[in-house]
Amino acid sequence: MKFLKFLIAGTLFGIIMAKSEAISWYRIQEMFRFQSFHMYGIIGVAVVLGVVGVVLIKKLSLKDITGQPINFIPKEKAIVKYLVGGILFGLGWALTGACPGPIVVNIGYGFASFIVVFVFAILGTYLFGVVKNKLP
Amino acid sequence: MQIIDLLKQPWHWAVSGTAIALIMFSLIFFGKSFGFSSNLRTICAACGAGKNTAFFKFDWKAQIWNLVFLLGAILGGFIAHSFLTNGEAVNISQQTISDLQELHFAAPTGLQPQELFSFEALCTIKGFSILAIGGLLIGFGTRYAGGCTSGHAISGLSNLQWPSILAVVGFFIGGLVMTYLIFPIIF
Repeated sequence: MKFLKFLIAGTLFGIIMAKSEAISWYRIQEMFRFQSFHMYGIIGVAVVLGVVGVVLIKKLSLKDITGQPINFIPKEKAIVKYLVGGILFGLGWALTGACPGPIVVNIGYGFASFIVVFVFAILGTYLFGVVKNKLP
Repeated sequence: MQIIDLLKQPWHWAVSGTAIALIMFSLIFFGKSFGFSSNLRTICAACGAGKNTAFFKFDWKAQIWNLVFLLGAILGGFIAHSFLTNGEAVNISQQTISDLQELHFAAPTGLQPQELFSFEALCTIKGFSILAIGGLLIGFGTRYAGGCTSGHAISGLSNLQWPSILAVVGFFIGGLVMTYLIFPIIF
């Protein structure tokens, strides 16, 4: 039962991503060609509301449902890994038209080819774990 | 118009953006955070990758909630396709359609291009390689950058943190290089 809320949240996430066409390769192409506001609208609205919400959570020192104070753990300071990692992901995002969430939403939608993308994404993460200590 | 007909149309970006923010805050109030690509690491760990590689040696069972969220996302895609679609083609801009036609993509007839995601395309060396290489780049890149669109572009930017801004700049450099420099070579 304790996992039910996450199943519901994930299901709503999948429906929203599919129905706003954010899982479509065409929409990602349109975004990277700056030919429509659609994807920028989705991400922009989420971020603007996100910024306001995070400020409120911090100002009001809100707690989560277990009674713990909500903390935002700062990410480690670095440059190369965010930039290079980001570029590698961006290449894959434009190529397949999907980031990790939409990959699995597409599988549910019936595009079985995304199983291949998903399996290779797991392999890519495994590869990263193996060579991690040799990277800058 | 009945509600179900309204739901079957594509949803407005403002609806989607608002809903994504609400999902992020739900996860935060559940004591978790919104980051999808962590699941790839969790799956590696669950498959026993921690035996040989330290990066996968962690308490992955504490991340099961996120795997459940992933299962939900698959279910959500299934529900959207089964009950909430009118089967219309994606309504992308005319300019994108003509740019893609130069790369030998037909105008959209559905949500995804047949040229890349049909079974026929999957069975070609080129088609399979595109999906496989794309997947490898996504899996490797997200973990190196420490997050994907949900973790960095949504959660990270909401907290106005520098690493996420850098990562998102990286996402766009990669995406633009693929779109403008590599697509004309491979398509």
